[in-house]
Amino acid sequence: MDSVTPRLGILASRVRYEEKSIMAALERRGAEFEYLDPRSLSVVGAAPREAPSFVFNREIGHFRAYYAASALESAGVTVLNTAAATRVTGDKWHTSAALLGAGLPTPATALAMTPDAALKALEEIGYPAVIKPLVGSWGRLVTRVTDRAMASAVLEYVAALPSPQSHVVYLQELVPKADRDIRVVVVGGTAIGAMHRRGAEWRTNVARGAVSEHCPLSRSHAELAVSAAAAVGADIAGVDLIEDEEGRVTVLEVNGQVEFRGFQEAEGSRVDVGDSIAALLIARAAA
Amino acid sequence: MQKITYAAECPECASAVTIEAEVRVSEIIECTDCRSELEIVSTEPPELALAPEVEDDWGE
Ligand SMILES: [Zn+2]
Repeated sequence: MDSVTPRLGILASRVRYEEKSIMAALERRGAEFEYLDPRSLSVVGAAPREAPSFVFNREIGHFRAYYAASALESAGVTVLNTAAATRVTGDKWHTSAALLGAGLPTPATALAMTPDAALKALEEIGYPAVIKPLVGSWGRLVTRVTDRAMASAVLEYVAALPSPQSHVVYLQELVPKADRDIRVVVVGGTAIGAMHRRGAEWRTNVARGAVSEHCPLSRSHAELAVSAAAAVGADIAGVDLIEDEEGRVTVLEVNGQVEFRGFQEAEGSRVDVGDSIAALLIARAAA
Repeated sequence: MQKITYAAECPECASAVTIEAEVRVSEIIECTDCRSELEIVSTEPPELALAPEVEDDWGE
């Protein structure tokens, strides 16, 4: 083995709280790593000799994250999460398809190939429903529609969007208690903790000002979250669960580029997310 | 406790921006004068650039 070449690389064009906490944990554990900026990355054929053999992908942009992972893998680099997992978790439909394929409970979801077809699909799903962009997060452009007239108006805007991909419409039933969800963080096949997110509005993303608080991790929630992460092929995932009025729990989302600042703040000393991730990276890079 | 800091020039308003020693490359800080989001492009020597705009596919 080449002792000069660092084996572990961290790919991230933005170093946020999460990346800093993972890097600090690696340093505390005495693990060497190299920071890689995807904005200056290109892969031509085989990986350069000095490139790390194991890369942790923390790129914030979905397309850059997916293609960087794919290009690195094609050059023989091991990437975590894998390119395949990043492709699935970065796209709401691929995620739904993976959950449905694994037989896991998820809210009623439809994919319509045109805005017109979406209007028909909404008749089956019923109102209120949610129209979500396939790619993107932080609750951006996620629109709740309460009746046909409103859906029709929203879909008219969708039809006018320039990108062909935006004309494929992802629709989902609105789970009644959607103002409060459960975020479970899964690291290497283990659920390390859970938190409640309560939003003033119906989107509960922390990026939109939702309040997060610690939640005891039940065995059934842990098992469902671990199964959901496995279904999308993600080693590290933030799984969002939602409980309806009858107490039925479904998987709402599986996020592959977990943001865990709110989670860590809610968990306090119960769990150290950065350190859990660092431990997994060290184990995998050495494997 | 003594805090080690560095100073760099804000690329937007040219005021001196204080950078804490523990910052990392590609971290985003804010200029206290003009409120611009600034990216740490280098720590040795400290150098700042305007942070890139948020793109549609950014996030979890
Ligand atoms: Zn400034």
